[in-house]
Amino acid sequence: MTTVLELAIGFVLVCVILSMVFCAVRLVRGPTAQDRVLALDTLWMCAMLLAVVLGLRFGSQVYFEAAMLIALTGFVSSIALAKFLLRGEIIE
Amino acid sequence: MKRWLPSPLSSLVLWLAWLLLNQSTEPAHLLLGAGLAWGIPLLTRRLQPHPLLRLARPWVLCRLLWMALVEIVRSCFNVSRIILFANPEGLNSQFIRVPLDLHDPHGLALLSCLINSTPGTVWVEILPDGHELALHVFDLHDEQWWIDTIKTRYEKPIIEIFEQGERP
Amino acid sequence: MNAAAELPLWAAVPVVALLVLGGAIVLIGALGLMRLPTFYQRIHGPAITVTLGAGCLLIASMIYFSVLQSRPVIHELIISVFILMTAPVVAMLIMRAAVYRDLRAGKRDTGAMSGDVYHLPSED
Repeated sequence: MTTVLELAIGFVLVCVILSMVFCAVRLVRGPTAQDRVLALDTLWMCAMLLAVVLGLRFGSQVYFEAAMLIALTGFVSSIALAKFLLRGEIIE
Repeated sequence: MKRWLPSPLSSLVLWLAWLLLNQSTEPAHLLLGAGLAWGIPLLTRRLQPHPLLRLARPWVLCRLLWMALVEIVRSCFNVSRIILFANPEGLNSQFIRVPLDLHDPHGLALLSCLINSTPGTVWVEILPDGHELALHVFDLHDEQWWIDTIKTRYEKPIIEIFEQGERP
Repeated sequence: MNAAAELPLWAAVPVVALLVLGGAIVLIGALGLMRLPTFYQRIHGPAITVTLGAGCLLIASMIYFSVLQSRPVIHELIISVFILMTAPVVAMLIMRAAVYRDLRAGKRDTGAMSGDVYHLPSED
């Protein structure tokens, strides 16, 4: 059962990292600014999940604090960027 | 009571959050958490733009949250199926208008959180002309079905919870 | 990784199932973000990552540490509640910003005008 659990954790790690790659592709390619902000927000979320899964992988509770801080800063930065897109235009 | 403990509910939530963050039930943490839970609502009472929340029917809220959870899981699988197998050109993604009767700000906040948490629907805004909600639906088949679902399954319980006593 | 050896079978099965489901859902959400054609469709992709994907992984983490340390470790609940409260706000603000920007720029082919809710300023 241990190897199955290890395999599952490895699978999730690969999934999360692959989704981060997808988000990065959209971040670079995204035709409009709102696409990039959306990709950045999803990237924060994936980073948070990566911290949680790494905590499982190494059996350590320290990653919980990292995940929590990533979630907090991600929310604040996404809100700031979205608010800037909403009102921060020169042409208003 | 009212003066020294303005909002027992938020005090309780703060206390539980403090205990969860510290992961302990030692007397010291219990005491410090209780102090914070008492002080923070008292100090931030002036900052709150709306009158304090009064929950009329907690069990209706529980039932609503459970129903929303089931709906979230169900539409998660729907959206995954569409992303994986459907042809994206054939999707009918549209904005629709939903007339709303709800006016309580807390209720509107809860409704927007529930609708936005459900994959496949995104709340855009309440349109300035009239009290109508602009909603974006990922794959629209039947506009009336969405309007009926939101009105009966989400809005009616929320009106029951938050606007009890304000309505004739 | 030595710690996982002590996990009993009855706990390992749900943890593995939740991990695989959560990982797959996260991947599908990001895939939707990458391959759907317009912005208004792409915004629905990350919604499943945030709700079911994150939920499954956090519940798996809760079960894993609770069984491993034989005491309830449920502080992942804070992250879950925080995400459930904040992710809708972010989605709503980005959506509103996108609609306003498209209307302001006068773009017709982005999908902002579909469904007869929003019109270009000149058409009013």
